[in-house]
Amino acid sequence: MTMQPFVTFLYYLLTACTSLLLMANFLKAKEWQRELLYVIVLVPFVLRLLMLK
Amino acid sequence: MHILRKLLIGLAGLALLAGSGVSFRTSRTLLEPVVAGDGVTTVKKLSDYFRGIEGSINDCNVYILEGKEPGGTMVLMGGTHPEEPAGRLAAWIVAENGRMEQGRLILVLSANRSASTVTRLGGAYPPDFDISTTFGSRTFRLGDRWSNPLDQWPDPEVYIHSPSGQHLAYVDIRNLNRCWPGRPDGMLTEKTCYALMELIRQEEADLVIDLHEAELQYPVISTIVAHEKGQELAVLVSMMLTDMEGFKMGMEFSPPNLHGLSHREIGDHSDAVSLLFEAPEPFLDATRGRTTREQLLTGKDEFVVRAGKAGLLFETIDEHGWPIDVRVGRHTSAVLQTMETWSEMQPDRALRCSGVPRYAEVIGRGIGSFLKDPATADPKRMWFE
Repeated sequence: MTMQPFVTFLYYLLTACTSLLLMANFLKAKEWQRELLYVIVLVPFVLRLLMLK
Repeated sequence: MHILRKLLIGLAGLALLAGSGVSFRTSRTLLEPVVAGDGVTTVKKLSDYFRGIEGSINDCNVYILEGKEPGGTMVLMGGTHPEEPAGRLAAWIVAENGRMEQGRLILVLSANRSASTVTRLGGAYPPDFDISTTFGSRTFRLGDRWSNPLDQWPDPEVYIHSPSGQHLAYVDIRNLNRCWPGRPDGMLTEKTCYALMELIRQEEADLVIDLHEAELQYPVISTIVAHEKGQELAVLVSMMLTDMEGFKMGMEFSPPNLHGLSHREIGDHSDAVSLLFEAPEPFLDATRGRTTREQLLTGKDEFVVRAGKAGLLFETIDEHGWPIDVRVGRHTSAVLQTMETWSEMQPDRALRCSGVPRYAEVIGRGIGSFLKDPATADPKRMWFE
């Protein structure tokens, strides 16, 4: 039994945490440029969480 | 106003997510039909040779063409690097048209199926391409050099190859041609190599050919890379192809200290002679222009031509480019010539194949002429990659 599945799980957990932080920052942001930036950065994280990319 | 703006930007993000997600999902799940020719006598799964790969995305089909007369056994692999499509297409043509008169041919069209479901990250590569046929077209995934991170993630800081202990680039732990001979308890790509090694050992293969393409800026191009067990064979094949078929084919030795590659490890870890064939693919060159389907299929690129004029290439290129028919034809002729030369050297383990077009015929008729129509095919003769 290798550590690989456990390490992969941790990476998905990190991705989920980062996604939540980005969403929180998006909601807190006051300027539209920052809001747009957070949304664009969030997309690849969600795609990975959904096992799409 | 503030909430409305946030809502609109959030919706735009959702639209971006949905659009890209559907595109990626469609590409990952695209089914590529294989209309097996009469010569295909059995179709197995890779997991029949190693249970550890069962149920994974890399549990690919293994097509066996059993000859009427006994002889040797050859394994022909396409799709080690799916973004080098001439290798896959050449194997596809053999699966749909080939017939063994003597000996056995074992075909793998998607050696790294996971790598066929993704394109190079950040490379803006097209997800697929079409080959024109008399009945319309057939669509194939383009793929990547490395396994999809959805199937094997994360990469280590340094990839330590097993069993040599050689340190390789971290990303190459997802490169099928850096993981030979594989590990039964390794990561997906290593397990895939191990399963393929088991196939080679259990089927007692005499010869293994791994089909590739290379950028013109890479020195190992238009050549056969041969394990020392196959050097004489490769030299003769190279001479025959260059002399008789009108295209240049070189021959190079497999470096003994460069580990993980099929031409080295298959020969070292089995009784088989291992060869790797390279054809030119300008699509992969770093100096290329737009990375389009047209560029992939025509092999035309003015910037690569300019690089050639500046003396930066290891293969010639002009305004005619390197069309896919030429690249596939090189591979089919090289495979057939290898069988013929092998049979002369090893008459008791001979390999004779019919129905597969050679270089001139592939160029003359186009590869679409050798692909069958899945719509009119017997469903019992169809498999999907």
